[in-house]
Amino acid sequence: MNLLFVVLIPVLGAALTAWMSRFGRTASAWTAGGVTLAALICLIPSVRAAFLGETIVQRWSWIPDSGLDLALRLDGLGLLFALMILGIGLLVILYARYYLSKRDSLSRLYVYLLIFMGAMLGIVLSENLILLLMFWELTSLSSFLLIGFWRERQDARQGARMALTITGMGGLALLGGFLLLGEMAGSDELSVILAAGDLIRAHPLYLPMLLLILLGAFTKSAQFPWHFWLPHAMAAPTPVSAYLHSATLVKVGVFLLARLFPVLSGTSVWFWLVGGVGLTTLLTGAWFALYKHDLKGLLAYSTISHLGLITLLFGIGTPLAAMAGVFHIINHATFKASLFMAAGIIDHECGTRDMRRINGLWNVMPYTATLAMVAAASIAGVPLFNGFLSKEMFFAETATFFTEHAWGWLLPLAVVIASILAVAYSLRFIHDVFFNGDPIDLPRTPHEPPFWMLVPVGVLVVICLLVGIAPTFTVEPILTVAVAAVLQITPPVHTLAIWHGVNLPFLMSLTALAGGLIVYAARKPLFARAARWEGWLDARRFYNWTLTRMQELAAEITRHLDSGSLQRMLLILILSALTLGTLGFIGSPLTGTRTPLAANVVIVLVALGMLTVAIAILAMHRQRLTALIIMGVPGLLIALLFVQFSAPDLALTQLAVEVVTIILLLLALHFLTPRSPVESIRRDLLVAILAGAGTAALTWAMLTRPFASISAYFLANSVPGGGGANAVNVILVDFRGFDTLGEITVLALAALGIDAMLRDLRLQGLAQDADGRRWNWDRHPMILATLTRLLLPFVLLIAVFILLRGHHLPGGGFIAGLITAIGLIMQYLGNGVAWTHSRFPVNLHLVIGAGLLAGLLTGLASMILGDPFLTSTFVHVHLPVIGDLELASAMLFDLGVYLTVVGATLLILIQLGRTGSAISQT
Amino acid sequence: MDALVSLTVGILTACGVYLILRSRTFELVLGLIFLSYAVNLFLFASGRLVIGKPPIITDQASGYADPLPQALVLTAIVIGFAMTAFLIILALKARAELGNDHVDGRSDTGERS
Repeated sequence: MNLLFVVLIPVLGAALTAWMSRFGRTASAWTAGGVTLAALICLIPSVRAAFLGETIVQRWSWIPDSGLDLALRLDGLGLLFALMILGIGLLVILYARYYLSKRDSLSRLYVYLLIFMGAMLGIVLSENLILLLMFWELTSLSSFLLIGFWRERQDARQGARMALTITGMGGLALLGGFLLLGEMAGSDELSVILAAGDLIRAHPLYLPMLLLILLGAFTKSAQFPWHFWLPHAMAAPTPVSAYLHSATLVKVGVFLLARLFPVLSGTSVWFWLVGGVGLTTLLTGAWFALYKHDLKGLLAYSTISHLGLITLLFGIGTPLAAMAGVFHIINHATFKASLFMAAGIIDHECGTRDMRRINGLWNVMPYTATLAMVAAASIAGVPLFNGFLSKEMFFAETATFFTEHAWGWLLPLAVVIASILAVAYSLRFIHDVFFNGDPIDLPRTPHEPPFWMLVPVGVLVVICLLVGIAPTFTVEPILTVAVAAVLQITPPVHTLAIWHGVNLPFLMSLTALAGGLIVYAARKPLFARAARWEGWLDARRFYNWTLTRMQELAAEITRHLDSGSLQRMLLILILSALTLGTLGFIGSPLTGTRTPLAANVVIVLVALGMLTVAIAILAMHRQRLTALIIMGVPGLLIALLFVQFSAPDLALTQLAVEVVTIILLLLALHFLTPRSPVESIRRDLLVAILAGAGTAALTWAMLTRPFASISAYFLANSVPGGGGANAVNVILVDFRGFDTLGEITVLALAALGIDAMLRDLRLQGLAQDADGRRWNWDRHPMILATLTRLLLPFVLLIAVFILLRGHHLPGGGFIAGLITAIGLIMQYLGNGVAWTHSRFPVNLHLVIGAGLLAGLLTGLASMILGDPFLTSTFVHVHLPVIGDLELASAMLFDLGVYLTVVGATLLILIQLGRTGSAISQT
Repeated sequence: MDALVSLTVGILTACGVYLILRSRTFELVLGLIFLSYAVNLFLFASGRLVIGKPPIITDQASGYADPLPQALVLTAIVIGFAMTAFLIILALKARAELGNDHVDGRSDTGERS
């Protein structure tokens, strides 16, 4: 259970932090820190088992139909990452408290940060691949918010968008890769997949799966050629950069390489792809880092380079290389986070990050300088610092490679070159910023930052030193279990020691240090040359070009497809439906085997009536009032058909709806011109006849074919299961009650939408009809007014009757609701809106709400009793006078339907009527 | 009988298609009403045509019409009303905002191009 809390606490804590922000910046900082600490504490119960090399899996059933469990796993690798995410997260929260200026919302940063933290923990603790992918996407989204934190700045928005595009694209590829992998292994569970390595590597789909997964990992970890989003993500506030680009976001890609290492690695494709991309990234990152004058830009490219290094190590694929990779993940997280924080302090104090202007800070901020120099020395791989240890292992691995392969000497050579560059840019960071003369024209006068801003940097630097000096006592236990989890076997025996004697790796280290000094000394001509190459091989330009072209293409396609004419679009739609429908008929006989019923007088009359309607509407649709009167006929004819073909419920509903529809259209017509203009109709007529013939043929084909229905179940269980004899009503309120709940919700939404649209609608109604006659002489004729008042009680009585009997006989909430609405509408029609409204002052929004609530609560009540949502129960009650009565809980649901229908129908018609009367009276 | 019901569905569709191809919103709404009649009738007919056997459970009944299409169509009728209402109000709103009731909001009143 505790693992779920570890993931959920930061996400839920984000809401708490947002709420706490009302008590000031310090309060939200304490909350964010407390939340992180709480998540850390929740992790503790499982730490011991993880250190003993066990894999803890905790699962809850989530979507069992798709085999998706909420399954979390903790092993050495997960533990290592969880500790880094939470530990560095805590430091970043402390640091951000002092970094962010008063103008920026601190709580907003914390909210994003905590959501991101939860997503990261989700990735590293997922047992299920699909779950992992969801968290993966969540990190893309939340990092988008974090990078674009200063949303008023264009570069921040652009950087955030670029990061989202690239990592989102990778996420899509990853989804494909995971689906393939899950299919190949027969399960989405990591435990199963990690044990099926041989099977998967031999599978014919191994290559596409590998490519897709690597695409996901490489984009996220900013590997060449997708590295360019990372420098642009530097537009984020520095605490965010320190978090995202040290221990978390960009490490997810290499985490995935480590996680799936036992499954994917060990093939030559893996070696060439992962190793090749890693090496290229290592070199390009280090090369560009040297030439960045922006402090954070240097760190960004250095991050890319180090990610390349880690990728290369996993690409080499030996157990020791994987060990070095994991070790370097730890080291890079510590020294890079501290360097970013130091860069943030410098930026904060100087007001600029340009290294050509920042010089000689040693004199004003010696503490910051000392801490930054230790971290930079770690990057460079100077002995006694942690970076040295993992680099030595790295050199050793490439050196082994050299002895085993022809052309193998190229690898150590390239690696040494990259290390020379790393030494050079680390030197630049130290020498340029803290020495090298005096500062030039700084916007602010720098001095030491607040004490608590230095603490997080100090903590990380102390870790760097402790790991560097006494690795066996500090990092070895966690490293061993993490590597065991990566390899899924007992890790190779390797003692972490500072001194292995004078061997090839040590010589490589010395070469790198000496070479770095030389390159840095010769930097001036190099910088001049780099300035000339500025913009050459800029992946960002290609990205922008692709993006622009894609937008142009989309616009072009839209232009061709959408001419801006609804009529033309509809014509295309109908013609396509006709063509496709006709194609469907080819090859099968039109008439099936089922014997049709013999015609009787009702159906002949209906068909003749319908034909008359068609001709009349064709001839007279331009006279709108006439068209509306004709409209009443087909609805009634259909009601007649429903009566004829054993559907009393439908006939009642159709009749009632017909009435309200006609009233609605009449009201609307008041605001529209009485006539439509003449249009050419020949083509449309042809299309209409073809469409009619098509549907007629389809109906005929369907009716003459035998069928099997699932309704036998409903008919058999209606009385024993639903407690009602009216199978249609029982289906509505019981068997398919959830659908009905959705439908009345749609009804309610439509009514509320109409209400909102009418609220400030200004329309001029017509005083005369098409021939210049006045609409009326008497707004409220006496006979109509009297009759409607007289009829109301009877209408309501009938409505209640229909509602109550609906469960057993034709009727129910829908019909009763419509009847009630009609009765009340009649009052408005007969007596006017003002008169009726003063006597019927009901808030219809409340009626709709009550109806929906009744439906929902009935459903929830059955859940509380332990049954599925909307399960119906019923009892027989014996009442004096009335007799035996069967009461089903579904009737309560039907009451909800009733209220919603009444409220929605009345709201629609009354609001429209009110718009009209308000205008006529002014 | 089945042929005439098919014919009825066809006529309703033809009226609906013809009307939705007009250039004014009012006719468009009328056309959609016709189309929803046609669709409802078609859906209903998918339970096949049965005379004199309503799906009300009794001891004497010899058989029942299929209740499932009936339940589907019943809600479809009510939702259809809500949609019609929403559309017609949308048409009124468009007329208020644009000053005309052309489906594309164009103000020309003559033949369509």
